[in-house]
Amino acid sequence: MAHNYDAETLFPPPLVDNDLSFGEVTEKICGIVEAPPNHKWLLALIPALTGLTILGGAIGWLIWEGTGIWGLNNPMGWGWAIVNFVFWVGIGHAGTLISAILFLFRQRWRTAINRFAEAMTIFAVICALIFPGIHVGRVWAAYWMLPLPNQMSMWPNFRSPLLWDVFAVSTYFTVSLMFWYVGLVPDMATLRDRAKSKIGFWIYGVLSLGWRGANRHWQNYERAYLLLAALATPLVLSVHTIVSFDFAVSLIPGWHTTIFPPYFVAGAIFSGFAMVLTLAIPARKIFGLEDFITVRHIENMTKIILVTGMMVGYAYAMEFFIAWYSGSEYESFAFVNRALGPFGWAYFIMVSCNVITPQIFWFKKMRTNMTVVFILSIFVNIGMWFERFVITMSLHRDFIPSSWDYYSPTIFDILTFIGSFGLFFTLFILFMKFLPAVAMAEVKGVLPQADPHWSGYHEEGHDD
Amino acid sequence: MTESKSWGLLAEFPNPARLLKAAQATHAAGYRRFETFSPFPIHGMDEAMELPGSKVPWITLAAGLMGMATGLALQWWSGSVAYPLVIGGKPLFAWEFALPITFELSILFASFGTVLGMFALNKLPRPNHPLDYVPRFKKVTDDAFFLAIPASDEQFDLEASKAFLESIGGEHITVVEEQNG
Repeated sequence: MAHNYDAETLFPPPLVDNDLSFGEVTEKICGIVEAPPNHKWLLALIPALTGLTILGGAIGWLIWEGTGIWGLNNPMGWGWAIVNFVFWVGIGHAGTLISAILFLFRQRWRTAINRFAEAMTIFAVICALIFPGIHVGRVWAAYWMLPLPNQMSMWPNFRSPLLWDVFAVSTYFTVSLMFWYVGLVPDMATLRDRAKSKIGFWIYGVLSLGWRGANRHWQNYERAYLLLAALATPLVLSVHTIVSFDFAVSLIPGWHTTIFPPYFVAGAIFSGFAMVLTLAIPARKIFGLEDFITVRHIENMTKIILVTGMMVGYAYAMEFFIAWYSGSEYESFAFVNRALGPFGWAYFIMVSCNVITPQIFWFKKMRTNMTVVFILSIFVNIGMWFERFVITMSLHRDFIPSSWDYYSPTIFDILTFIGSFGLFFTLFILFMKFLPAVAMAEVKGVLPQADPHWSGYHEEGHDD
Repeated sequence: MTESKSWGLLAEFPNPARLLKAAQATHAAGYRRFETFSPFPIHGMDEAMELPGSKVPWITLAAGLMGMATGLALQWWSGSVAYPLVIGGKPLFAWEFALPITFELSILFASFGTVLGMFALNKLPRPNHPLDYVPRFKKVTDDAFFLAIPASDEQFDLEASKAFLESIGGEHITVVEEQNG
């Protein structure tokens, strides 16, 4: 027997606080779904639905009038719509990262937050998909992006990174949705078996497909879950890589760089975890999930933010270095213009929020203070939006000085962006109420008494 | 020697440790088609029941290869045969530009194969099952642990199997009725 383990390795801290039993886990999580909606929940739904209405109005007017209602102009054919698209897709990375990559690395603390983060991923990708969809102008022709046989005998141009993006983001959405659904099946079976009303019984019954926890089923289920995690891991890394190709495969100075794929992926993880924190900190309070989403979970996430924040900071520095080292005056100009040109204020916000403020997470006191973490997570969200803004706005001084211009958003740019938050929060608030917010079957599986060799069973004398 | 109307026997066990031991004993007694039910997968149960490995990975592999072939064929055929158009002086087909979409379609098909294959192997969806008519069985998705011996097992004998389940510590032993229609 080896003796060179420290106490932490042999007796790791419990993943769920307060020694909950299996039944108490079911009771706590299902309780949220089964209780009648309270006023706090309804109060949260009102601003979200208002935002959703604004989004509907803004998109309706856009379809009626055309993309001219936005602040787009000649050098800047890509405005806020692309900024918002990349922003939302980036946020959508944390969910699959938590579900898939942390699963493969056997990080068992993920079980409390994965359901939640996966839901966030799916809703963020829905918000993201809206923007390129409406940016095409003639929305009714958006299906031309798909390789569908048509009466014109035309096919999409597969040599374009923009088409790769269509495949990457829609594959990501589909696979994330399947991953989420597979995880939900045993938990919806629990809701079915506890349902008091006929409607609840039917809805959860149909969705849970008749799951009844047979071990032969669990065997295939666990294998399928592992395979999905293994498939989703390269997928999540490929999505933001391909999003970065939208920029990197072009010939625009400041965009045409090989650092973009890793830099975008690190930024996506950074912003995704920030959004998980922004949602998790209030949600654990409102729904009483402190035993599941513990301070330890929050602290682990702040450490990931600290690491990825420094990766992003390194990328900002390396871009500048390469711009100088390349000796290309166009490249150098693009970067000096980013930091000191008309959009220098945005560059300053980006660096402050993404590189400077997260440094306070070096201190444990700050990592475990929920108010500080919440405020910091919002800073990161803002900083990452501005990162995409800074990159997209590189277009404003192109090759001919006579065509240089400045981008000012119109009210419709702003309303569409605000509205997308309305859509995101509406979906999220509905999810918290109608589906189990924590993966119950998985949490039960990591409780100490789930292990047949748990010491408690020896003490009872059942094990010989 | 089976009763014409019974589906089998169902016994309850208080915790995962006892269910695991019961499964080992049931397998040792020669039962092969018995099944255990639990709210979460129990570590070591596959070995206790001596189940062969899952077939899901083969479906994943086949579907993934199909996705790869689809991605390559789609991009080559549509760009070189159906709608050849020179854009920016680039070749009509090259594996380099085809890589991202080929990769994405491989992952997409493999994921569909995994999920649909898993449910198909589990014979789900199955909205109705004789066990659903045992009131205590509703707790299986909450905190209860069960072992069932179906009448289709060669070793099954209503009285002898019932006595066996009692001997290994099964509680609330129930004869599960076959449901017709």
